[in-house]
Amino acid sequence: MSSITLQNLVKKYDDGFPAVNDISIDIEDGEFIILVGPSGCGKSTLLRMIVGLEDITEGDLLIGGERVNEKAPRERNLAMVFQSYALYPHLTVYENIAFPMRLTKGKFTKEEIDEKVRHAATMLELTEHLDRKPANLSGGQRQRVAMGRAIVREADAFLFDEPLSNLDAKLRGQMRAEIARLQRELNTTSVYVTHDQTEAMTLGDRVAVLKKGLLQQIASPRELYEQPANLFVAGFIGSPSMNFLPGTVEGNVFSTPLGKIEIPDRAAKAGAGREIVLAGIRPEFFDDASQLSEAQLSKGTTFTAEISHSEWMGNEQYAYVSYETDERVQDTLRNLAEEMDADELRTQLVVEVDATSRFRSGDTAELWLDTRRMHLFDPATGENLTRDAEAGAELTREAREDRKRDAERFVSRQS
Amino acid sequence: MASNGKLTGKQRLGWTVLTVVVLLYALFPVAAILATSFKTQADLGNAAFLPSNWTWANYEMILVGDAQELFLTAFRNSIGITLIATFIAVVLATLCAYAIARLNFPGKRIILGTALAVSIFPVISVVTPLFNLWRNIGLYDTWLGLIIPYLSLTLPISIWTLAAFFRQIPWDLEQAAQVDGATQWQAFRRAIVPLAMPGVFTTAIIAFFIAWNDFVYGISLTSTEAARPVPAALAFFTGASQFEEPTGAISAAAIIVTIPVVVLVLLFQRQIVSGLTQGAVKG
Repeated sequence: MSSITLQNLVKKYDDGFPAVNDISIDIEDGEFIILVGPSGCGKSTLLRMIVGLEDITEGDLLIGGERVNEKAPRERNLAMVFQSYALYPHLTVYENIAFPMRLTKGKFTKEEIDEKVRHAATMLELTEHLDRKPANLSGGQRQRVAMGRAIVREADAFLFDEPLSNLDAKLRGQMRAEIARLQRELNTTSVYVTHDQTEAMTLGDRVAVLKKGLLQQIASPRELYEQPANLFVAGFIGSPSMNFLPGTVEGNVFSTPLGKIEIPDRAAKAGAGREIVLAGIRPEFFDDASQLSEAQLSKGTTFTAEISHSEWMGNEQYAYVSYETDERVQDTLRNLAEEMDADELRTQLVVEVDATSRFRSGDTAELWLDTRRMHLFDPATGENLTRDAEAGAELTREAREDRKRDAERFVSRQS
Repeated sequence: MASNGKLTGKQRLGWTVLTVVVLLYALFPVAAILATSFKTQADLGNAAFLPSNWTWANYEMILVGDAQELFLTAFRNSIGITLIATFIAVVLATLCAYAIARLNFPGKRIILGTALAVSIFPVISVVTPLFNLWRNIGLYDTWLGLIIPYLSLTLPISIWTLAAFFRQIPWDLEQAAQVDGATQWQAFRRAIVPLAMPGVFTTAIIAFFIAWNDFVYGISLTSTEAARPVPAALAFFTGASQFEEPTGAISAAAIIVTIPVVVLVLLFQRQIVSGLTQGAVKG
């Protein structure tokens, strides 16, 4: 178990393209870090630099305080789970799990190997499959064998490269819980690459969002969600993703294509004097005004809009409101959509309302907006103008304390 | 397939007929030689397919009779030279193909290109200069003098087939092994070689056939029994008298020479076929 420190890591390919550009992250002992971003953002490259399968062009990589830039993968004592699982097809499950120990001649006795393999197999419910070949296992079982191979190593850290992307949705949920449980139980430093938001939000103590080789923000999932650093993070985290509504701030009034919306002082101050800003509003910041109490209504702003269509999902309901977007922000939004691997820029507001609301296509509905939670972004730089850094840091600190408490609780339960 | 067996009944008949025709076409010469090898000297001239009197005389002649020395030493030469050449070719080609498939180094394309160029170069144009060179440096009429040219025949094709084979083995496996604590050599030995074995077998058999079947080098670079392989030795068979053709003896020798090849294929066909079906390689 070790801390991992990334200091200004750079990876340049022969053509000079920086796949990873000046990334610094301090990973604490026992922490679960997620690297997330759209495809081509350098997250896998960064992981492979940590494990030693890619050379580091510039910067320092420290594991347990020791610089390991030049060390071969086998000398770094890390365990990795590959996207393809990379099980050895000619070996049984037992031998697959025992493989790392067989390589260290003389370090383990036969009995020790047997004990460790069986312990890992019990933990992962693989005991009855030990004599089978990987070809005869299901996807979830193969995944568990790959985890078993990582566990027996007693490595300093676990590295996961999109380990669940080959599984179907149901199994993915199960394995996600399994990985979270194991990580807590073993309290091993982990770095996990994914492009799946759910995995990022549920597994990570902290999540690092990458775009084109650059670190956008690293924070607890809650901080990313509530206090995003910029337009990209705000748009990338959350599903359905955040709405970006262009408009101008004059006093406490925000003029948008949907009409004028009254905003609180904090936002008004941040947006004052700017020609145009983008308001970031998550779908759940809206609600059906007719269902809310007076007290609730007074905390935000109400406005009317025509519902172009609605989707009833059972537990919730999405309503869509079309609007004319402002030409001045069109480029920004188009770029953003491209960066996020999204199909096209949307000129539709997604509104999440209670499932009992009776919104129908073509209705003119009265919507309530919680203006306290919305953010204003500068369309030119993408900077979040209303970000409360202190509140964000507080959220991440809470997450860190939660993790430590979890670990302690587990240790005390063990003894 | 079973469910629509009736539908394919006609097609199946067609395929059967076609298979029989192809088999007849391919195996008729072999059958003819087999029949000839059992004919007596007097029988050789008649036009019948089967011998009128079955005799082991031809086999006796080459295995225990007059031609014994000529044939058996040649047979020994052939087996020895071919096995050594195949072994060296496969070992070298395995290492070379692995490097070509996995590593990025300058001159990779040149190696592949040269290998291809060598393999399409006509043997007959190489053999004369080689004959002079071998005489000068003392390799003429030695095992080594044949093993080296055989390598030039077997190495290129071995490198090409093995490189194609190695490319199919997922690189992840090797990287996983390295992360698990293996050196590059251990990763190759313990993760890649077991998976590559079917490909290596196939390559070895191809290389063996090429060397086994060679005639031009065998006849040009040898002069005595010291190194002469079977295909060349057959040309030196003589009949009982000047006026007798040694057709029967040659046929018998040809049949015996075919046996190792058939045995090899039967022995290794499981490895060849089982080869790529191990599974779990893809997700």
